[in-house]
Amino acid sequence: MPLAALLIQRLALSVLLMLAVSVVIFLGIEALPGDFAQTYLGQSATPQAVANIRQELGLDQPAVTRYFGWLGGVVQGDFGNSWASGSSVSRQIGLRLGNTLFLAFWAALVSVPLAISLGMLAVHYRGRWPDRLINVVSLGAISLPEFFVGYILILFVAVQGNWVTFPSTVYDGMSFGQRLEAIVLPCATLVLVVLAHMMRMTRAAILNVMSSPYVETAELKGLDTLRIIARHAAPNAVAPIITVVALNLAYLVVGVVVVEVVFVYPGMGQYMVDAVTVRDLPVVQACGLIFAAVYILLNMSADILAILANPRLRHPR
Amino acid sequence: MADLLEVRDLKIGATAYPPGEPPQDITIVHGVSFTLRKGRVLGLIGESGAGKSTIGLAALAYGRGGVRITGGEVRLDGENILALGGPGIRGIRGSRVCYVAQSAAAAFNPAHRLGDQVVEAAVRHGSLTRQAAWERSRYLFGVLGLPDPDSFGRRYPHQVSGGQLQRAMTAMALCPGPELIVFDEPTTALDVTTQIDVLAAIKRAIDETHTAALYITHDLAVVAQVSDDIMVLRHGHMVEYGPVQQIIEAPQEDYTRELVSVRQIQKQEAGQQSDARIRIDGVDAAYSNHFKVLHDVSVHVPRGQTLAVVGESGSGKSTLARVITGLLPPSKGAVTFKDETLPPKFADRSKEQLRQIQMLYQMADTAMNPRQTVRDIVGRPLTFYFGLRGQEKTRRVAELLEQIEMGKGFIDRYPAELSGGQKQRVCIARALAAEPEVILCDEPTSALDPLVAAGILKLLMRLQAETQLSYLFITHDIATVRAIADSIAVMYQGRVVRFGPKSQVLSPPFDDYTDLLLKSVPEMRIGWLEEVLATRRMVSAGH
Repeated sequence: MPLAALLIQRLALSVLLMLAVSVVIFLGIEALPGDFAQTYLGQSATPQAVANIRQELGLDQPAVTRYFGWLGGVVQGDFGNSWASGSSVSRQIGLRLGNTLFLAFWAALVSVPLAISLGMLAVHYRGRWPDRLINVVSLGAISLPEFFVGYILILFVAVQGNWVTFPSTVYDGMSFGQRLEAIVLPCATLVLVVLAHMMRMTRAAILNVMSSPYVETAELKGLDTLRIIARHAAPNAVAPIITVVALNLAYLVVGVVVVEVVFVYPGMGQYMVDAVTVRDLPVVQACGLIFAAVYILLNMSADILAILANPRLRHPR
Repeated sequence: MADLLEVRDLKIGATAYPPGEPPQDITIVHGVSFTLRKGRVLGLIGESGAGKSTIGLAALAYGRGGVRITGGEVRLDGENILALGGPGIRGIRGSRVCYVAQSAAAAFNPAHRLGDQVVEAAVRHGSLTRQAAWERSRYLFGVLGLPDPDSFGRRYPHQVSGGQLQRAMTAMALCPGPELIVFDEPTTALDVTTQIDVLAAIKRAIDETHTAALYITHDLAVVAQVSDDIMVLRHGHMVEYGPVQQIIEAPQEDYTRELVSVRQIQKQEAGQQSDARIRIDGVDAAYSNHFKVLHDVSVHVPRGQTLAVVGESGSGKSTLARVITGLLPPSKGAVTFKDETLPPKFADRSKEQLRQIQMLYQMADTAMNPRQTVRDIVGRPLTFYFGLRGQEKTRRVAELLEQIEMGKGFIDRYPAELSGGQKQRVCIARALAAEPEVILCDEPTSALDPLVAAGILKLLMRLQAETQLSYLFITHDIATVRAIADSIAVMYQGRVVRFGPKSQVLSPPFDDYTDLLLKSVPEMRIGWLEEVLATRRMVSAGH
């Protein structure tokens, strides 16, 4: 069965890719300039004190040994302990990842349906003013860097309008409603950043299909436009739309670093940035690996969905 | 009153966007009029750009792309459908007037089952219940001779062959029980052996359902089999309009006479077999997925002669050309040029060996870089093989353009500024620039209109007489074979089933496949289709 073979192949590829990424991340962090012990000890960094710390953290062992030690832990869900605080990285990540996913989930819930409907709307009004308006606004949104969008929103909505609170920090003991209120601005920023990309791809994919002969066949059957778009165009435009949606969902998780810092939101992004400033390498490694995993997982899902959406593969000759 | 369709002074236009110039309004159809009675078939015939398809689509009040109907009337049962708004015209399309497209492979939605698509129009317009429509589709699949009519509708488009898809498309048009069907070149993309079955199925379906039809094609022999009347079109003007018998047997206009006689070029077969230029010995070839395409192929092309390689799509004709050029190294056997065995891979061949064998392609369009002028396209082999530059190169390009009867005025044109026939001529000039001994022609005339194609064939024959070129000419068209070949190789499923001088290959006794192939070529006389079908029935009854 070629379909099953294709799916297994995608899965195997993703696992291989994860392994490769773990090597790259480990090597990249090895190559980073600066040393935790030096930074940590500051003025009191005598050679002896530095050596002690290095020994304590196992840094005196060869890189290969450390890589496999680290990988062995990761496979069991143990990312080691933070050098800075000594606490378990896995526990911290559990909290932080939850926050990031919470934000990403709501941003996705707003942006994906919005982008796809706006894309269809643009197709429906192709070349007329609603299409142009949607295009210009989305181009504008895509052109502005997200920190700029973030600060603009803070200025007008939080500071001058005083409609929502800033910073968007969430903490234990907040109710669900309070959390939602807190993430309004970062969520809006993320939506603005990813919306345009998905919207334009949806528009292009459907337009591409709309000019195909089988859509002409549908028109010559006297079907109305809505049925043509929904039944004849959309099923064939699914694959490229899924791909771009997956890429953007990945961005919602991976690309939040800047947005979380701007809004002081305690997610993965901020955790990673804090860790980088103090050279807390286990945390940086863990965050990098998780970001990569999210990225690969979403892209793999997109691939698999696109395969499943192809009738030639679902129904072989 | 019996007129079902009345087209009066139909004018159709579009907007052209020539590069670097302001948009221009152009006229595609200049005031065409005709009438069609219930149950009759009108053939619309002409070369590409004649406006046939545009007129056919106007019968559904539809303009493809930016095409607009700018004047005249299209009356269906007395009602001008051009004056109807969106909802009104949607009520006619797919219920009273249906359309069969040229490429059924593209016109079916790959995401849905054939049956769902066939019944969709009838169900959506409420003319049949879903169950009744499926019932009718099964009946129609049977009428059209599709395999296993009861389950055929459950298949997806990619699961059936091209000829079956074309018949399924006809079933889709017939399903709502329309009064008029527009057939837009329904058999042009098919092999002759498949075309005859589809043609017979269409004719039978029209007879049984008493549907009127507009039958659009560029092949006069095909239209003569199915039509009652014929209208000849050229450049959007009506040239001649009359009963099929009068058009075929007593055409009044020069252009119609040319169309009728275009298939009558004949080449005198070269008597003496001179020494072989290219010899292919026992060649097997497979693509990387181990799908074997050629089995033990042995043919040869003598100096100054033409070998026609004929067969239907998928028979391995083009693969043979790929083997000769070295693009696909054979898994067994060898290619010999004069007395020298060529390295299997083109990368291992010397420049001199490469120069001796040149190619002509079916799609002259895609075989040229659209960003290069004729000077660059034809000049490239001059620089590559002979190191010509500057003045010398320009002079040689001009010479070559004279040789292909185009003149040096074309030297700075881009491919987009040339007609289909001119593009193929430029490709010929590019092949000649290398001063080869052999040209491999891969269906160079198949995408061209008959008159233009005849011009290209005459040019190739003149060049052969002048320079003793050898051609290996790949084609699926028997008329072309008769026109140009000295010897013929008939290919079927990767094997050469018949090879020899033209007179021998084309005369009995035939093997089964060659017999079928020759009998499937439409002849330009009324009643040919019926005769062939009657013979077939007799043969199958006899068995």
